[in-house]
Amino acid sequence: MSIAPSGEVNYEKVKRTTVSVFSHAFLVIVSLSCLFPLWWAFASSLKTQETVFNDLSLFPKVPHWENYYFAWVKADFSQYFLNSLLYTVTVVIGVLLVASMAAYAFSRLEFPGRNFFFVILISTMMIPIPGSFIALYVLLNKLHLVDTRLGYILPQINGGLALGIFLLKTFFDDLPGELEDSARIDGCGRFRVYWHIALPLARPALAVLAIFNILAVWNEYLLAMLVLSNKELMPLQRGLMVFQGAHITQYPLLMAGIVITVLPVLVIYLMLQKHIIKGITAGAVKG
Amino acid sequence: MSDREEAFDTLAKRYTEETGVPVKFELYAPSEAYAQRVKASAQTNTLPDVFGVLGEKRDFASFINSGYVSELTPDLVANEPGKTTGTWESVLFEKALNVNRFTEGNEYNVKPGVYGIPLDVMTIQMVYNKSLYEKAGLDPNVPPATWEEFMEHGRILKTKGIPGFVSGFGEIWMIDAFASNFAMNLMGQDKVFDTYRGKVAYTDPDWVRVLSLFKEMTENGLFVDGTVTMVNKTAEQTFANGRAAYAFNGSWCINVYKGMNPGLNYGAMLPPKVASTNPMLIWGGAGSSFVVNAKSTRREAAVKFLRWLTDAPQQSYLAEQTVNLPSNKNSLKQIPPVLAQFADDMENTTHPNVYPVHESPVVSEAFDKGIQSILIGEKTPEAVAAEVQKAKEKESRK
Amino acid sequence: MNPQKIRNVVGNYIFILPAALLFFTFSLYPFAKVFQLSITNWDGISPEMNYVGLANFKDLLFDNPVFWLSMRNAFFVTLLALVVQNLLALFLALICDREIKGGNVYRVIFYLPPVLSGIVVGLIWNWIYDGSYGLLNHFLTFIGLGDLARAWLSDSKTALISVAVIHMWKGFGWGFVILLAGLQSIPRELYEAARVDGANAWVVFRSITAPLMIPVFILVSILTILGTMQIFDIIIATTGGGPGYHTEVPITRIVSTMIGNSKFGYACAMGVVFGLILLAISMVQIRVSKMMRQV
Repeated sequence: MSIAPSGEVNYEKVKRTTVSVFSHAFLVIVSLSCLFPLWWAFASSLKTQETVFNDLSLFPKVPHWENYYFAWVKADFSQYFLNSLLYTVTVVIGVLLVASMAAYAFSRLEFPGRNFFFVILISTMMIPIPGSFIALYVLLNKLHLVDTRLGYILPQINGGLALGIFLLKTFFDDLPGELEDSARIDGCGRFRVYWHIALPLARPALAVLAIFNILAVWNEYLLAMLVLSNKELMPLQRGLMVFQGAHITQYPLLMAGIVITVLPVLVIYLMLQKHIIKGITAGAVKG
Repeated sequence: MSDREEAFDTLAKRYTEETGVPVKFELYAPSEAYAQRVKASAQTNTLPDVFGVLGEKRDFASFINSGYVSELTPDLVANEPGKTTGTWESVLFEKALNVNRFTEGNEYNVKPGVYGIPLDVMTIQMVYNKSLYEKAGLDPNVPPATWEEFMEHGRILKTKGIPGFVSGFGEIWMIDAFASNFAMNLMGQDKVFDTYRGKVAYTDPDWVRVLSLFKEMTENGLFVDGTVTMVNKTAEQTFANGRAAYAFNGSWCINVYKGMNPGLNYGAMLPPKVASTNPMLIWGGAGSSFVVNAKSTRREAAVKFLRWLTDAPQQSYLAEQTVNLPSNKNSLKQIPPVLAQFADDMENTTHPNVYPVHESPVVSEAFDKGIQSILIGEKTPEAVAAEVQKAKEKESRK
Repeated sequence: MNPQKIRNVVGNYIFILPAALLFFTFSLYPFAKVFQLSITNWDGISPEMNYVGLANFKDLLFDNPVFWLSMRNAFFVTLLALVVQNLLALFLALICDREIKGGNVYRVIFYLPPVLSGIVVGLIWNWIYDGSYGLLNHFLTFIGLGDLARAWLSDSKTALISVAVIHMWKGFGWGFVILLAGLQSIPRELYEAARVDGANAWVVFRSITAPLMIPVFILVSILTILGTMQIFDIIIATTGGGPGYHTEVPITRIVSTMIGNSKFGYACAMGVVFGLILLAISMVQIRVSKMMRQV
C-alpha cells in the first residue's frame, strides 16, 4: 500500500469501516429473518398443543423437552432415520457418479448425436409434469419395483440427473484442459483422466450438487407415499405424517419432529461448505 | 386419517383377538396424497381389500363403473342371524348411508345401490363463542336465527370491537357449502337443482340475492380480516383462541378446538335463515366411508370386518377417541354434550352426494371465486351472476 | 471406420450409458405417457380413455383465459425473483466471498429457508401477514406506518407480491450457494493483481468477477425461472389461489384441473403447453449465454 499523507489514509479507513458496518448490519438483518422460523419451530416444539399459538414467548417458561422423546418414539424415527440415511447416501452417490460421467462425456468426449442427447436430457428438467407420478407408479409396478428400496432409489437418482449433468457440463466446459491433455499424453485412458483429474477439480460443483440432492431426498415424501407400503422401508417424512391428520395436527410434536429432521441436513451442509471453500484455485491450473 | 392411528391399531388388535383374523391399517396424510395413491393403485390393480374414495360423487361413480368397488346392498339388507338389532342397514344413520348410495336413474349410470359404509358422521355448520356473546351483552343461549338478527348481532359485536365471522374461505369448497345453505333456504332445493340442470339462470334474482348476502356481510364488517383467503386450519386457530365470534366449520372442529383450547365456551348453530318458506339445510352425512375392493379375494372377510367396525362397541370407542359422531344410531348415547348439539342438527342435513344432479366443477369454481371477488369489493353480485351464467352456458355447449 | 475408432466411440458412449438407461426408463416413459394422455379426455380413474385429438389444446389456447392469467401471475413473480432475489443472493455471496468474521455461520443461516419444511414456512408467513395479529402489521404500527396495515394475503393489490416475497425469501439460499461456489472458484491471484494496480471494488467486479461468472449467472437465472414459474406449495399454504384468481399460477390450475375437475387428460395438455413454454425460455437463455461467452 502506498504511503500517503495522513488525511487520505483516514478517508480510506472511514470508508472501509462504514462499508463494513453496513455489510454486517445487512447480513445480520437477513440472518435474523432466516433464523426466526427455525427458532419459532424450536420454541413451539417445547410448548403444548394448547399454548403453541397463544404463548408468544421466545422460549416457554416450562419447556417440554419430553416432546422430543415422544416425537421420536411415536413417529418411529429410529427406523425411518436409518432408511432416510440409506436413501440419501445411495441417491447422492448415484447422482454424482452417473451425472459426472455423463457430463464429462458431453463436455470432453466426441460421439455422434452428442448435442442432441444433451438437449433432450436437460429439456426434461424444464417440463414439469404434475401428472407423471401415476405413470411412474404404473411403470414401477410393471418392473416389480413397487414397495422395494430399489424402486424408491432409482427414480430419485434419475430425478437428479438433468440438473446434475447441466451443472457439471457447464463446469467442465470452463475447466482449462491443460491438465487433462498432459495426462493423456502421458498415456492415461479416458476413465482415469476423468476419475483422477477432472473429478477432483470439479469438487465445488459436486458439493453443490450433493447439497441439492441431499435436501431433495431427505425431504421427499410424495414418491415414498406412492411407492412404499411396508413401514420398514419408509423414510423420515413418513414419520412426520403421523402428526398431521386430515383435521388434527399435533403441532408441538410435529415441530419437534421437524427440528429433528432439519439438524442433520444443516450439519452435512456445513461439512460440505468447507469443500466448496477449499475448491479449485489457481494452484491447480498452475500445478 | 393418520391422526386416528392409535385408535385404529387398538381396534385392529381387538378384532384379531376376537376373530383370529389379522387386520392391517395403512394410514396416509395429507388427504390429497392419499387420493393419488388410491388412484395409482387402481391403475395397477393393487388396491387393498378395503379403502376410502375421497373426492366427489363423480369420482366415486367412476371408481364403481371401472369395476373397483363392490356393491354392498345385499349385505346391508340381509337378515343377520344371531343379531337382535335387525339388518345392518337399519343400525346406520340413513343420511350417512345415502351419501354412499346411487339412486334409480342417477346421472352417472351407476347401478342403483349402496357402495360404501360410513365410519362416522359429520355436519358442516356454524359455531359461535358464548363467552364473546356475554361480553357483548348478548344472550349466549340465543344465537341468531334469522338473517336480520345475524346482521344486528354482528353490528353489536362490531361496536364492542369483537371480530365477527371466520372460516377457511381460502379453500373454496367451504364458500360453496355456505352459499348453498342459503340458496336452498331461499329458493328451495328444487330450484337449485333446476339451476344445475340449466333450466334456471344464475342471473335469477334469487341467486343474485344469495350473492348479495356476502356483500352485506362484508359491508357490515362481519368478516375477520383475511377470511377470504384463509386456510381452514388458520380459521380454526382463530376461533379456538377466542378471536372470532362465529365460525363455519365441520363437526370435526370439536376435536381441534378441544386440543387448542379446552376451556372454549361455544355452541353449535344453524346458519341464520334468509327466508321462512324453505328449511335451512346444511351439509351433513358420512364423514369417512370405506369401500370394498371388488377385485379382492377376501370380500367376505372384508365385509365382516366393516360390519364389526360399525357395531355399537367399536363405534362408541371411536366416538370417544376421535370425538366424531358415530354412524351407528345406537352409539349416540355416549357422546360429549357439544357433539350432541351437532347430532341434533342432523335432521336438517343434505349433502352434494345425495343431490339428483350436480353442477359442473368449472361453474362451481366461477361461482366460488366470484364470491371471493365480492368479499374484496372487486365485483358486484350482479356482475358475478352474469359471469357464472356465462361459464354455465359455455360448459353446457360442450 | 476402423475397429479402433469404433471401440473409441463405444467407449465414449459407455460414459453416458447409466444416465441414458435411467433416463429412458424413468423419464421418457412417464413423459410419453403424459403426451399420450394429453390428447384424451381421461378422468384419471376409469380403465377406458377416449382420444379427442387436439381438442384439449384448442380449448387451452383459445378458450381458457384463467390459464393465461395464471401464466401472467407466474411471470410477474418470476421477474421479481430474477431481479430482487438474485441481486440479494449475489450481494450476500460477494460479502461472504471475502474472509469475513463468522462467514461459515452465515453460510449455514442463509441456507435455512430452503431447508425448512413447507409446513413451518406456511405457518410463519401466515402469521406474519395476518390481518389482525400479524407481525408485519404490528411492525408497521410500531414504526408509525400503521395506515399501511392490512390483510396482506387477501388484498387483491398485495396478495401476489406477498406470495412472491415468501418465494424469494425461500429461494435466495439456492442462488447464494451456487453463486458463492462460482465466486470461490475465481483464482485469488486475479484479485490481488487488480488490487496492486489500484482498482476499486466496482472496477474489479465489472472487469474480473462478472465476466468469469457469466455461465454461473445464466445457470442461476435458468434455475430461478424454472423454479419460480412452478411455484405451488407456498400458494396452497397461504392463499389457495385467491382472492378470486389473483394468486393462481399454472401449477395450481393444472392440479385443480387434474384432481378437482377430474380432467386428467386436459391437465396433461396444460402441462405440455406449460413445459414447452419453459423449454423455449430456457433455450433462449442458453443461446444468449453461448453468444456472451464468445465475446
